[in-house]
Amino acid sequence: MDLRTAHALVRFGMGPTGAEPPPADPTAWLLGQLHQADFSVDFSGSVPPPSTEEGLAALRTDRDARKAAREADAGMATAQPVPGPGGRLTNFGPPRPEAGTQGDPAMAGQPDPAMAARQVAVAGLARSRSLYREQGLAAVGRAVATRTPFRERLVWFWTNHFTISLRHGGCAAVAGAFVQEAIRPHVTGRFEDMVLAVMRHPAMLIYLDNAQSVGPDSIGGQLSHRGLNENLARECMELHTVTPASGYTQADVTAFARILTGWSIELNNEPAGFLFRPRIHEPGEQTVMGRTFPAGEAGGIEALRFLANHPATHRSLASKLVCHFVADTPPPAAVRHIEGILRDTGGDLGAAAAGLVRLDDAWTPGTKIRTPLDLTVASFRALQVPIDPSPPFLAILAGLGQPLWSAPAPNGWSDVAADWVAPEAMMRRIDWAFAVSGRIGQRDPMTIADTSLGPLLRPETQMAMAHAGSRREAMTLLLTSPEFQRR
Amino acid sequence: MDHLPASSALAVPRRATLLGLASVLTLGRVSLAVADAATEQRFVVVILRGAMDGLSAVVPYGDPGLTALRPELVPPMPGQNQGLLDLGGMFGLHPVMARSHALYQANELLVVHAVAGNYRVRSHFEAQDYLESGADHRMTSGWLNRAVAAMPAQSQPHALSRAIAVGPSVPLLLRGPQQVANWAPHGFAEPDQGIYRQVMSLNRSDPIIGPAIAAGLRDRGFGDEVMAADKDAATGPVPGPVQGGGRYAFAALAKAAGELLKAPDGPRIAAMDLGGWDTHTAQVPRLTQALTQLDTGIDALRTALGEAWGQTVVLVMTEFGRTARINGTRGTDHGTATVAFVAGGAVAGGRVVANWPGLGTGQLFENRDLAPTTDLRSVALGVLVGHLGLNPTALAAVFPGGEPAQPLRGLVRTA
Repeated sequence: MDLRTAHALVRFGMGPTGAEPPPADPTAWLLGQLHQADFSVDFSGSVPPPSTEEGLAALRTDRDARKAAREADAGMATAQPVPGPGGRLTNFGPPRPEAGTQGDPAMAGQPDPAMAARQVAVAGLARSRSLYREQGLAAVGRAVATRTPFRERLVWFWTNHFTISLRHGGCAAVAGAFVQEAIRPHVTGRFEDMVLAVMRHPAMLIYLDNAQSVGPDSIGGQLSHRGLNENLARECMELHTVTPASGYTQADVTAFARILTGWSIELNNEPAGFLFRPRIHEPGEQTVMGRTFPAGEAGGIEALRFLANHPATHRSLASKLVCHFVADTPPPAAVRHIEGILRDTGGDLGAAAAGLVRLDDAWTPGTKIRTPLDLTVASFRALQVPIDPSPPFLAILAGLGQPLWSAPAPNGWSDVAADWVAPEAMMRRIDWAFAVSGRIGQRDPMTIADTSLGPLLRPETQMAMAHAGSRREAMTLLLTSPEFQRR
Repeated sequence: MDHLPASSALAVPRRATLLGLASVLTLGRVSLAVADAATEQRFVVVILRGAMDGLSAVVPYGDPGLTALRPELVPPMPGQNQGLLDLGGMFGLHPVMARSHALYQANELLVVHAVAGNYRVRSHFEAQDYLESGADHRMTSGWLNRAVAAMPAQSQPHALSRAIAVGPSVPLLLRGPQQVANWAPHGFAEPDQGIYRQVMSLNRSDPIIGPAIAAGLRDRGFGDEVMAADKDAATGPVPGPVQGGGRYAFAALAKAAGELLKAPDGPRIAAMDLGGWDTHTAQVPRLTQALTQLDTGIDALRTALGEAWGQTVVLVMTEFGRTARINGTRGTDHGTATVAFVAGGAVAGGRVVANWPGLGTGQLFENRDLAPTTDLRSVALGVLVGHLGLNPTALAAVFPGGEPAQPLRGLVRTA
């Protein structure tokens, strides 16, 4: 394996694996993946991961279990619907008359979306959590097993760009489905299609509160006196698309939030999933960044396409991509190049990815630090041991500071070394490396070093490994070496 | 030094950390005789990430404009069942903050209201960067790091670091040229010190990872001389389960911070984080949870510090406040002014400091938020000058750029 091949596997892929031979032509291998079927969507012979619909069913199950427990606690004293903490979760959507509340248009007795969200957040989340563990392990397993690792890296990149997080408990059941349905199909497609898929996905609508946002002048808003929640609109503009560099104002955010009212979730009736609710959609056209959009669901789609294709969006995406594939401080010329590709192709993410491969700047080894996810996936690909036994993989990620699908805030996980290379964080990497190296068994650590780093392995690391007192110690030195900590 | 209370070492949680600290404390006993009284002041900064609603934490119930803006967010009046905890007739502390109220009554808690940083943005990430940079533009170091650098020369030769970040990573607030330590609970198996030594050796030439591992080893007590001498460090492989949760809870971290700061030769400056403040929806229950964590955390810090609490100032700050009006989902959106808490045995507390802007018509900032009338930098400067004795010329580097802020006087008790 030559240096360029090793670097291609590390920088653009998820780390070399002993399971297959290295590619003969690394550039062709990378570019080929962009036109190839995603290894991880072929589920022939295995059980496909749970869908969004199954996730929403899990949310229902948890909610009903919670409700039953509460009613049992209260000695069945809550046979009548009551407002407040004893109230009932009925839907993420608008208030609507129900059995027991007919003829009572006041707040009392109406389902309360805020209450609904809270109940989902704190309730018995047994089924949701178990779906999260199942989907999380499957997702990490796909990253470890993939034979299209460049595509896979793009999936994780875009998932982080459109962060959803278990910091909102309601996301647990649908996080894995979000990646599979809203992100993965679009990583070599058009950015506007990805934006649309993301913004309609229940995980995002739950995470950034839009399922509860009500147009104040809509029928539902007038009846319930509820109103806007601008969280999703703001983060979509600030983080997902145009960014503050575009110069938008608070008024633009508010107008966009009005446009997105009604983008909601059907939880109770089949088919569960995205639902546009005209009853809570703010009437009238809205102006965002100088462009006017009609009312209705079509206005939202139009606004999202406008934001997705805005020059400021292309600039921001280019900068993030170059930061991920070139260096923490993106070279301006490289950013301009990728920005130009996005502009000229109308946001073709596959073309942008190909552009990254062709950037000379992207072929300088070791400029990036592996995040805990990168590090653990690369380690398991190198070691070729099963990922599920104790200690559980998901707990490892949490212990290393990057719990899966649980970024602290909507801007996602950092992509620069300064945020990961803290003293105690590095000590934990060493401690974990020592723990996982205990599973090397009788295999030869020098072979694993050759497979996973090739010519990137430094002579001093090779020497120290050769002199180590045990296979486990040698493997620990490999996994903690600077060349393995970098990508 | 045999009379030193054993608890100063033994109360620190978990084996591995205890291992590190025990070494420190051993060194601390040696150096105790030369410890300088001037470095006995403790300063803890708590960053509330997500924007705390100041109007709910410290409710201006005496303002006639309040109820109309947010009827469902105002707790019952003082004296009523689960009512506000009165702070002198105009303001009331959130009902869940009984421990903080006791501090207020003991003159150990001061509230600064209608406070905001010297930036006007409503993006969390941008504002947190400015809050921690101490400037109206992004910087690569934080004001607390620069303040540590401006403190009088190190008088504790064996101290690990003068400042420590308690939590999984070092916040921007504490990043910068001055070396700082980082402490977090951990749950992975540890190799023996020989492995650490080799790992250190193989990483020494790496410009980023090398210094981090060196600092990490020092923080755990594996200084070069310690590694050579401390046989207790050679514990061998002890695979352990990964644990999170409880040991990362704010009160647990605060307790650990208190124990670190209390140690005779421990750090004197600490930074911590607490999240959960972005209450766009269902604010009442969510804020109750977050404020409870803050309230119990400060109490845990006080308890762990013991007598050192008398030399401590805790500054609790957040990136901005929230809208004065309730929003459509029983929450509040991003706003401007909010409150800051200054707590500690060294604080001249029992007061609410506010140039109150009012909540009436025409008094809100952009007809939306509580108007800022006090610069948050002034509060920080008040502590740096009054408590840590920094001189005014040193302070220019701590808060560079923009309109200079003046220290708020009288935050700290004069001895």
